[in-house]
Order: sequence, then C-alpha cells, then structure tokens
Amino acid sequence: MPLPLFWLFSTIVLTGAAGVIAFRNPVSSALSVVACFVGLAGLFIGLGAFFVGIIQILVYTGAVMVLFLFIIMLLDLKDEVKRGRSNTPLLAGLALSALFAIQLAGVLSRMPDRAAPPLDPPALAAAASNHKPGGGIATALNEGRLPDTRLIGHALFTRYNFPLQVLGVLLLVGTAGVVALSRKQA
Amino acid sequence: MASLNDYLLVSGLLFAAGLAGVVIRRNIIVVFMCLELMLSAANLSLIAFSRFNTTGGLPDPDGQMLVFFVITVAAAEVAVGLAIIVSLYRARQTIHTDELTSLRG
Repeated sequence: MPLPLFWLFSTIVLTGAAGVIAFRNPVSSALSVVACFVGLAGLFIGLGAFFVGIIQILVYTGAVMVLFLFIIMLLDLKDEVKRGRSNTPLLAGLALSALFAIQLAGVLSRMPDRAAPPLDPPALAAAASNHKPGGGIATALNEGRLPDTRLIGHALFTRYNFPLQVLGVLLLVGTAGVVALSRKQA
Repeated sequence: MASLNDYLLVSGLLFAAGLAGVVIRRNIIVVFMCLELMLSAANLSLIAFSRFNTTGGLPDPDGQMLVFFVITVAAAEVAVGLAIIVSLYRARQTIHTDELTSLRG
C-alpha cells in the first residue's frame, strides 16, 4: 500500500477511535466507530484482503453499528451529556494507554522491520503453479489478478470446513439466546 | 510502501484507544463499542501478518480466515451483549456503570 494512502486511512482510523472516547453523545460515538471501521476496511483492502475489507464494511459498519444505533435510540439515553466526568477513570485510562504505547514502542523498535513481498503480475503468475491448472484461481493469477475471494472460499470449504459448521451452530445458539433474553418476562 | 511495523503501530494505537475507552467511559454501550475497537485492532495485525508472510507467493489465507471467524463471532457477541444491555435497562432503568453496583464487595 502506498504510504500517503496508508497514512490517510490510519489517520481516519485513529481519529475515529479518539472520537469514540471524546464524544459525550453515544450517537456521535457510534458514528465515529463507523468512520474508524471504514478506514480500517481501507487498510484491509490496501493489504490485499479484499474479501475481509468488504465484510468489514458490510457486517461491522452495515449490520453491527446499525444495531448499536438502534439500541441507543431505543433506550433514548440523554443523561450522560449533562453528567460531569470524574477525573479518576480519565487519569487511569490515559495512564494505562500511555503505558501500553510505551511498551509498544519498545517492542517495535527492537523488532526487525520488513517490507511487503511483491504482489505484481510476475509474482502472481509464479504463484499460479501451486494451483490446479485451468482452475479459476490459476487463471486469475496468470492474468495478474489476486483472486482473494476464491482463495478464501477454497480454504473455507476444505481446511476450515469443520470450524465453519461450528460457527453456524454458534450463530444459531446466539440467535436463540437473544430471543430468550429479550422476551418480556411475565 | 508501508512496512509491517507501521501497521503494527497503528494496530497497537487502536488497541490502546479501545483500552482507554473501556476504562474512561461510563456508558455501557460505549464501553461495548470500545471492545469492538480492540477486536478490530487485533484483526488489523492479523491481516498485516497475512500480507507480510506469504505462502506460495500469495498472502497467507489462514490469517484472513481467522479474521473472518473473529468478525462472525464478534457479530454474535454484539447481538447477545446488546440483548443483555436491553434487559439490564428494563430491570434498572440505567446503563451507567457507576450506578450498577450490586456486585460491588
């Protein structure tokens, strides 16, 4: 990913994250989370993870954040805007994240840095030999495109088939749990 | 081109922001949103590792797979968590963490 784009999306992500903490109104916080996730999806797509980037927008900003906004508006929370903010949690939070950032800088300064391996058409065509000749993945690679969704789909339905089934059961249990939780108690 | 450490720095700062939000904010819905930020920070480092550690000349699909699973589990978690928050609000008429003290020792 070119550096200007990287810094653009990183700025969106970090500004959005700061906005979540800074805004008093929960609706503004939710909208900054949306901005943060859109920037994150940009970073994902810049890293060649097209499928995950689109899923990030569709699932996180499209479904999850709409659910958050729905609940915020359903509960009609206005009292926090008037409430004063106590200093102890603010200091504790800032100290904790400053400590974390110092530790992060220490680790990153000692870690050997590395550049991204090339994903240009020659490198992609070279990778095509590992896949079935004439298949969709090999064809796309030979044409110089990264068939990210096909690769993920292939992994999902071969090596990760059992976790996928378990995930389906989890979603079913989650749905049943939500219905049981939100039913009005008699 | 951005290097691996750049991505890890952004991911770590996003995690730190989420952590600070969980400690600072008193509204339980905003705390929950900050938890989502921390999950997304982990996702960013997974995707970066997937891109920078190629297998067979392509980004490692295992990292992207893990992110896919994290996003799905997070969606289920949000649904259950928000249902719990709604029933909490029904029972107590508040979602301010300072007023939910029945478990305090």
